[in-house]
Amino acid sequence: MTIRQSLLALLATEPTHGYGLKTHFEAQTAGTWPLNIGQVYTTLARLERDGLVEAVPADDDGPRQTWRITGAGQVALASWFAVPIALDPPARDELAVKVLLAVAADREDVLAILDRQRAATLDQLQRWTRQKAEADPERELPWLLVLDALVLRAEAELAWLARCEARLAARRRS
Amino acid sequence: MHHADDVPALALEAVTRVHGAGHAAVRVLGPLALTVARGEFVAIMGPSGAGKSTLLSLAGALDRPTEGCVRVFGRDLAGLSRAELAALRRRTIGYVFQELNLLPGLTALENVALPLELDGSPVREARAEAQEALVRLGLGALGARFPVDLSGGEQQRVALARAFVGTRSLLLADEPTGALDSLTGELVMRQLRARCDAGHSAVLVTHDASHAAWADRVVSLRDGCVVEHATAGATRGSGGPRR
Repeated sequence: MTIRQSLLALLATEPTHGYGLKTHFEAQTAGTWPLNIGQVYTTLARLERDGLVEAVPADDDGPRQTWRITGAGQVALASWFAVPIALDPPARDELAVKVLLAVAADREDVLAILDRQRAATLDQLQRWTRQKAEADPERELPWLLVLDALVLRAEAELAWLARCEARLAARRRS
Repeated sequence: MHHADDVPALALEAVTRVHGAGHAAVRVLGPLALTVARGEFVAIMGPSGAGKSTLLSLAGALDRPTEGCVRVFGRDLAGLSRAELAALRRRTIGYVFQELNLLPGLTALENVALPLELDGSPVREARAEAQEALVRLGLGALGARFPVDLSGGEQQRVALARAFVGTRSLLLADEPTGALDSLTGELVMRQLRARCDAGHSAVLVTHDASHAAWADRVVSLRDGCVVEHATAGATRGSGGPRR
């Protein structure tokens, strides 16, 4: 997962303590992926071991350890931002498997399966769209961007369902 | 015009539309029933040839059903004279066509003001309202341009502004967002949503699920009929983040 790189990105903005990293991460990703504080501390320990972050010497004996990114950490972070993410097929796409097996078995209810899925996906798309309508584009930009991603994926799924229907109709005609 | 609250903005009752006759007859729509309440925003989706545009033409009195009845705010369109239909289109129905039908000799502002002026509004008032409609769709600075000097997306928004002005409270729009980039499309959907929240009604034909999702209800057509999906009911999976 991307906790390592995320913590590096946050520390590149400003030195922070562990709990601050958790709250900043969740604020900047609109609370979409809650972070376990234990994960934050174990990841910081590994990043320190690898020389990518270091503890800031404390002026006083404050209860919290503040961390900062090192030069090597900056390099690692830059290469993360520079390399695009590969679009891998989902490990196990239950919808695709369900539709493919229904088609292979030549089930009479294939269209009904597609219709029910379309209705469910549209419902969800409507809920996300209502949340978009309520979001403040100035103050809630991360949340809006998360919703945009969800909406576009739902749209892709609906387009795929429409394509399935069109291909099945073409096969029936031939 | 005053409408009783419980009268739907639009009602299609047992409507069919058949093209041709005898052996060559093809039923392109129906039998179909559809009711759009006041303040309701309905999106129509479906594959090409499913009857979406035919449905909208019947609702907008541009075409007549072979059988059945179309009512706009309770009035059966079949019983209206040509003059009454023309008045209905000026005062009650805003229609946005796939072909935008902007008049090339008029500026954007004049195009939007035209239905108001035809309906007897003083020119100054008509243009002030037209300007307001253009501003809401992000076109405040382009009122003096002629259609030929506007992009496809800008022309679409001018056509929408023209359908928004005046007393018209039922908007019928056929793919009004096809030429818009995604953020401009969203701006248009926000405007449509706001109008319906304020009590207007709208029927939007679209291929774009992310636009249809702004509607209160999405109706799917297939082979001229409404797809009756049992409501989605329970789904597997978490459905993603919620706040």
